[in-house]
Amino acid sequence: MSVVDVLVVGAGPAGLAAGIEVAKRGGRVCVVDRNLEPGGQLVKQIHKFFGSREHHAGVRGVDIAAQLLEEARALGVTLRLGWEVFAIRPGHAVDIVQAVADDATGGAGDAPTERFDARSVVLAAGAEENALQFEGWTLAGVMGAGAAQTLINVWRVRPGKRVLMVGAGNVGLIVTYQLLQAGVTVAAIIEAAPRIGGYGVHAAKIRRAGVPILTSHTILRAEGVECVEGAVVAQVDGTWCPIEGTERRFDVDVICVAVGLHPNTRLASLAGCRLVFSPALGGWVPLHNAFLETTVPGIYVAGDAAGIEEASTALEEGRLAGIAAYERLRDVDAEGHAEIAAIQRRLDDLRGGPFCGGIRAAKSALQTTGETPCPAT
Amino acid sequence: MRIERHPILGQLAEAREITLRVDGRVVKAREGEPIAAALAAAGIRVHRYTAKRSEARGILCAIGQCTDCAMIVNGMANVRTCITPVADGMVVETQRGVGRRSEM
Repeated sequence: MSVVDVLVVGAGPAGLAAGIEVAKRGGRVCVVDRNLEPGGQLVKQIHKFFGSREHHAGVRGVDIAAQLLEEARALGVTLRLGWEVFAIRPGHAVDIVQAVADDATGGAGDAPTERFDARSVVLAAGAEENALQFEGWTLAGVMGAGAAQTLINVWRVRPGKRVLMVGAGNVGLIVTYQLLQAGVTVAAIIEAAPRIGGYGVHAAKIRRAGVPILTSHTILRAEGVECVEGAVVAQVDGTWCPIEGTERRFDVDVICVAVGLHPNTRLASLAGCRLVFSPALGGWVPLHNAFLETTVPGIYVAGDAAGIEEASTALEEGRLAGIAAYERLRDVDAEGHAEIAAIQRRLDDLRGGPFCGGIRAAKSALQTTGETPCPAT
Repeated sequence: MRIERHPILGQLAEAREITLRVDGRVVKAREGEPIAAALAAAGIRVHRYTAKRSEARGILCAIGQCTDCAMIVNGMANVRTCITPVADGMVVETQRGVGRRSEM
């Protein structure tokens, strides 16, 4: 059994930032991630980030990941890659299992396990892509938009020849553009809502490239025996019901689903953290206070696992959670308090933009009252 | 299906070429890439068939979360091919159901 001050789950922006802050303060910290390559979903973000310079504006996600990793390694953060957490027991005993064996055949059978005795835990396991159920939704070739992004930008492999993108939020728009950059044809983007959810600047690039964006359209079915061979879409009315006679077929071999993300709450749930439902934050989310501590003392959340936002907020939350998770063990000094307050201020700024919707309100309600406001409909 | 040239990422880096045997067929792979990447590059899209209805499944999440891409690798079932790297001479088989006990 290994003893650490803080065990961090997930080596994305939140997890690496948490690890860095603990190590900076002299704490023993281990970051566990099932992927052999650290960086989380930053590694597939090949576009430049928006925002302020303080938050890496103009820098590509994959480069931010490299910077974080370099800093983490220089500070002596231990990374356990190819391993995943499968149990968090009372008193923060954390069990991990090897997900990718050293001889590259693993994940099954008698995979080795190890136990950590952690004084606190930061859950930074990110998000999962939402699924969309329609006829043929399990055919090979129906995949998350994030999956397609991994294929083209990390693996450098095309998922197919022609794609239908379902969802015109920022993920749907950005992945469409990146598919075009990768030499894949995108037949159309469909969006059930009457308007495009993502930024106008992204939508304009897509339209200039000649890809139609069909709002008020839904997918009726994917065609094919084992693999996708086509998709049928239809226009929807004001009550989201398909309008008869508006069906259109697209000859595609891939259907990408970009209908949002939800926080990965599996370990939080397993550890007994109380979850609350917050539509603005993407669904069920572990209840947490302004220091990102959940209802189980010593277990913290950060990043998308604490509510769906951006990589920049994940980074700041990771820093905060790292400091809070480590400093709870000792008296927080004035400097620590000042640092936490500065991060909270930056998070507030990040959430103050015109496109942040109800996130600031939802976070603040969650953190002060433990209740989430109902969205205005 | 490989993306040799990319406007942002540039030319595909050199990598040692290795070979896998997938359901008896020889498939070329780039050292270091996940098994699922080599299969996708070779146009292989079905990874497994479900236990109850024998429905085909392929890549869904590509980051080790969902297990839809699980296959039998070197005799071991339920290996997530999207996070497991290739190795020269690796034997990969389409998985039917949840795998036999001898494969676990």
